[in-house]
Amino acid sequence: MDSVKDIGISEPQRIRKIDVFKLNAWFDDKQALKNINMKVYENQVTAIIGPSGCGKSTFIRCLNRLHETVSGARSSGDIFLDGENILRPGFDEVVLRRKVGMVFQKPTPFPTMSIYENVAAGIKLYGRYSRSDLDRIVERSLKHAALWDEVKDVLAKPGPSLSGGQQQRLCIARALAIEPEVILLDEPCSALDPISTGKIEELLHKLKKEFTIVIVTHNMQQAARVADYTGFFLLGELLEFDVTKNIFTAPRNKRTEEYVTGRFG
Amino acid sequence: MENGRQKQYFLRKIKNRIFLLAVFSCALIAVLPLLFVLGHVLVKGLGAINLDFFLHLPTPVGEAGGGMGNAIIGTLILIMLACSIGLPIGILGGIWLAQFGEGKRGFLIRYSADVLAGIPTIVIGMFAYALIVIRMGRFSALAGGFALGLIMIPTIVRTTEEMIKMVPRSLYEAGLALGIPGWKVTLRVIFRTAWSGIFTGIMLAVARIAGETAPLIFTAFNTPYWSFQLDQPMASMTVTIYNYAISPFDDWHAKAWAGSLVLIFAVLGITLLVRKFSKQVQYG
Repeated sequence: MDSVKDIGISEPQRIRKIDVFKLNAWFDDKQALKNINMKVYENQVTAIIGPSGCGKSTFIRCLNRLHETVSGARSSGDIFLDGENILRPGFDEVVLRRKVGMVFQKPTPFPTMSIYENVAAGIKLYGRYSRSDLDRIVERSLKHAALWDEVKDVLAKPGPSLSGGQQQRLCIARALAIEPEVILLDEPCSALDPISTGKIEELLHKLKKEFTIVIVTHNMQQAARVADYTGFFLLGELLEFDVTKNIFTAPRNKRTEEYVTGRFG
Repeated sequence: MENGRQKQYFLRKIKNRIFLLAVFSCALIAVLPLLFVLGHVLVKGLGAINLDFFLHLPTPVGEAGGGMGNAIIGTLILIMLACSIGLPIGILGGIWLAQFGEGKRGFLIRYSADVLAGIPTIVIGMFAYALIVIRMGRFSALAGGFALGLIMIPTIVRTTEEMIKMVPRSLYEAGLALGIPGWKVTLRVIFRTAWSGIFTGIMLAVARIAGETAPLIFTAFNTPYWSFQLDQPMASMTVTIYNYAISPFDDWHAKAWAGSLVLIFAVLGITLLVRKFSKQVQYG
């Protein structure tokens, strides 16, 4: 697969938010991503699927340049966010990460901080905000993450005192508080029960009106449910990228078909 | 046949009992000295403890009354001096080791800290003597605090490193992903998460240096007067106890016991407080 152009994505009026060109990534000598070319469209949910170790996580960790913070990790190629190359040397990764937020596989509330402080952490540690501004942002973010009603009376309680699903929505609220444009989710539901998973999927449907979402998932039903576009990764390569319906009903690549029908992986 | 098996069974039971008994007695023997020391110090020292002991200066031999007020204050000042040297270096050094100490340099520093921890404290005292006392031309609290600070450093470095390493990397990444600069994530998220463990290490180090005598004998020396000037000799409980204990006077012996009692219970108090407050943080 050398180019994304000839895939013929069916809805051409979509705005490209992220453009990935010839992205390669390594951990020391081990190449984790090979020549990835992909697009992420604005206000759409893009799912990344594929078996364990295929480079899904590495791929989205390149999108906010978290990949390079691991010792021995490096990457090459170009990633354009709104036309600006974020892999260009000298591009400020702190600015990038305020535009591209991330939610991880395991909920990661800061253990010493209250629910309120957790949501406020990103903005409080970045600049000066008045108390009333903080209150407003925290409330708005928690409402956005569909957690406000459950926690509005216990905002001073420690973050880890919430249930797993609530913690994950707390992390989503924390990511939303910095008002990013893109939200990356790295298997956000793999540690959650079906009910919490359902809540988060419902949330993604609402959030895509305002944000661009990239979600890595092991769960193909989840990709089919939430994603507008889906990319299938295998052994560090992007084998197929298309609108989700095509990936699941009429995949071009035999390996994709085998994977989505559960014949391997 | 049946008999033989029965015999084996009893033999095994007996061996088991003997082993249990041996293990338990050794455990008991390990604790006994503490109980004896505590009991002995209580019996010998309690009689000489009164309000004067905490508030007054030592009196000349033969004169009744007096106390160790200056030595108690002196020990507190020396501990503060030691902390002002040992804590910043130890904590920042520990953070460096935890976050960037993977390579050769990290290994060297870690190894040096372990060696420094193993150096007899009297040698550290001689080092401070050569470095500060000789140059200043007199004993001083500064020299004493410096020596105690050096003794603290390796403990603080290693506990800080261990505690920070226990904080999962996922928290660091979660901080970075919020667009918080790395150093701020380290200080405001990682350090804060590891703090209760680091605090435990600090208190244990303080408890340890509070009982040091050797490095103070030729640094802070001692004085029978109130001393608050850092460039002058300063009294400390341990050196005062040492001087009193080797003196030939009964009154001083009693005061040495009383001083030991206060010191032991202060250290015990610190240790118990640490136990009580150092609850383990849960990592998400």
